[in-house]
Amino acid sequence: MQYYLLIPFLPLGAFFVNLLLGRRVVRGQAHWPSTLAVLGSLAVSVMVLLDVLEGRTLNEDLYRWILSGDFQVSVGFLIDQLTAVMLIVVTSVSFLVHVYSIGYMHGDPGYYRFYAYLSLFTFSMLMLVMANNFLQLYFGWEAVGLCSYLLIGFWYQKRSASDAGKKAFIVNRFGDFGFGLGVIMVFLTFGTLYYLPVFDNAGDLAARSINILGLEVNLITLIALLLFCGAVGKSAQIPLHVWLPDAMEGPTPVSALIHAATMVTAGVFMVARLNPLFSLSPAAMDVVALVGGVTALFAATIALVQNDIKRVIAYSTISQLGYMFMACGVGAFAAGIFHLYTHAYFKALLFLCAGSVMHAMGGEVDMQRMGGLRRYMPVTYVTMLIASLSISGLPGLAGFFSKDEILFRAYSAGGVGVVVWVLGTVSALLTAFYSFRLVFLTFHGGFRGTEEQRHHLHESPKVMTVPLMLLCAGAIAAGWVGIPPLLGGGGQFSEFLAPVLGHPEAEASHAEEWMTMGLSVLVAAGGVLLALLFYLRNPEIPVRLAERFRPLYSLLWNKYYVDELYDAVVVRPTIFVARNVIVGFTDGALIEGVVNGLPGLVGWLGARVRRIQDGLLQHYGAVMALGLFLIFAIALITLS
Amino acid sequence: MVPLHWYLWLGSVVFAIGMFGFLTKRNVIIMLLSIELMLNGVNISLVALSHYMQDLRGQILVFFIIVVAAAEAAIGLAIVIALFRNKATAHVDEITGMKG
Repeated sequence: MQYYLLIPFLPLGAFFVNLLLGRRVVRGQAHWPSTLAVLGSLAVSVMVLLDVLEGRTLNEDLYRWILSGDFQVSVGFLIDQLTAVMLIVVTSVSFLVHVYSIGYMHGDPGYYRFYAYLSLFTFSMLMLVMANNFLQLYFGWEAVGLCSYLLIGFWYQKRSASDAGKKAFIVNRFGDFGFGLGVIMVFLTFGTLYYLPVFDNAGDLAARSINILGLEVNLITLIALLLFCGAVGKSAQIPLHVWLPDAMEGPTPVSALIHAATMVTAGVFMVARLNPLFSLSPAAMDVVALVGGVTALFAATIALVQNDIKRVIAYSTISQLGYMFMACGVGAFAAGIFHLYTHAYFKALLFLCAGSVMHAMGGEVDMQRMGGLRRYMPVTYVTMLIASLSISGLPGLAGFFSKDEILFRAYSAGGVGVVVWVLGTVSALLTAFYSFRLVFLTFHGGFRGTEEQRHHLHESPKVMTVPLMLLCAGAIAAGWVGIPPLLGGGGQFSEFLAPVLGHPEAEASHAEEWMTMGLSVLVAAGGVLLALLFYLRNPEIPVRLAERFRPLYSLLWNKYYVDELYDAVVVRPTIFVARNVIVGFTDGALIEGVVNGLPGLVGWLGARVRRIQDGLLQHYGAVMALGLFLIFAIALITLS
Repeated sequence: MVPLHWYLWLGSVVFAIGMFGFLTKRNVIIMLLSIELMLNGVNISLVALSHYMQDLRGQILVFFIIVVAAAEAAIGLAIVIALFRNKATAHVDEITGMKG
């Protein structure tokens, strides 16, 4: 099964080709190495999936990375059911985004750079999901963060883009600090960083607690929560969600690949991968579920009022990631991964459709200046409609099965599960509403842009619409592998993942399952109808509502003032300390004081001592004579 | 027989006269002459002590000093001539180009 090595290293090769030859040789053809490499990875991933389906999993070290005393880490690969699913998700979405970008990024001066970064990202993400130890996971984790930074700030000439890149990177530092501590704690506790020995020994340590600042903390809970910090940052959950909406400054294919389908789901993948650890700590699980549930609702409410087409989808992504954590938190890891997998397709599709719209509108992102685009771009319209139906949970489409699975599992888990079930169901209503608000504002009604924009409206080229259609097939059919038994399916998806993620039995009757399912369909339909009423039938209703509930509206419009809060609490004090303490005191007084002070002292002394050398020979002679007398006197005194 | 300390007094007086001349005169030529006086004052002491201690090494040292003094006089006068040609003066208090 050695051929699996091709999966990460083909994109790495393409990265080096574009990096070294991109500017001079490859230039406008930069998409060839990258796209072919990721196509190769996709093909090998399918072969790996077939192998895994036959039950052949693999866990081996490729190269010993670090050996220091007891500490040993290798570059190693763990290929099991979970990895196989992630490989398919990453390589397939990545491939389609590569193809789409040929059209979207055509003629950009940084074309080769874009493809080099995309390849590097694909490599990093694949290393992350294929890791068999925590350190390689961490390596991939940071490497995708780097690629995210590079691609958000891809148009670095634009101030807002480079700021957004920095914001994404710095906000992730907060989460990754916890993640890094978590990895260190794992090593200190278990003496190894390999997944399997850690999972095997975790059970024995479930009851052990350690003392931190006088507080008795359960060790596993501490480790799980520290690791979850990383997931909160990477997957943009409350309170570290602020970077993802700003990340929309990057090119739209990047938003589709990195900030919807793959990188941001790394947090969910990590929690699922480490499920033996998380399952041992009910407290940590409750935190995961609650953070997920609150984030799902919180982000969905913001999405209701935003006008930037990409930001609406970004908040939708945050909300859907919340669903995934919700599932993981109630122990239904397979449901979380199932939603990750269907979400990758319909959300990438939403983003790419938004990109197609922006392409036609000459980079316009304000939905209030769009409208009626369905006549001009039918393919984009139909695919976006299907993606929106899928995310809203229309029965039969991918999003329905995965979201329904999550809501049902949450409900049947009881306790915190019921709370997050309520949060999730309300979010489902909002999701349907804002998704169709986006569709109606963009594609229906009359055109509200300028005459010049109307003149340019056109359907995107084939190289962009074909990936849309393929993703659309995914948004429709991806869920069919996980149809629950209640609807006559086999639930094969969770069966397939059961060896890795366990097999939680739902303790609920069929009636309750029908109830949760019916309710989620009802709220989805309600959301769509409400959007229809608000934005097609009676466009003055939302305006009047905004007038009526002005404080609430401005709260949502300003995203709950979280950015302003962080600006006041974190950013300004940091800049204040940097200016006054670091620059003013440490750098200015301390370091510059020593560096400039020593030469100053020598110069000052020199200025005084040089007076002695006045060039008069007699003075020198007098000093010599004086010295002679001194020696003479000392000799006389000591000898007599 | 002249006692040793007479010779030593003579050497000291010659040395002191040389040193006084060196410190007080401004003319370079006179200063060079004063240096010769100081060297010869030392020479008198060395020869006297050499004789007193019946050790010829003192007189060998005197020969070295005479040779070095000759060389010093030659080079010193050459420098003085070069200096005079450039500065049109032989007074040290007007030659302070090496001031720090």
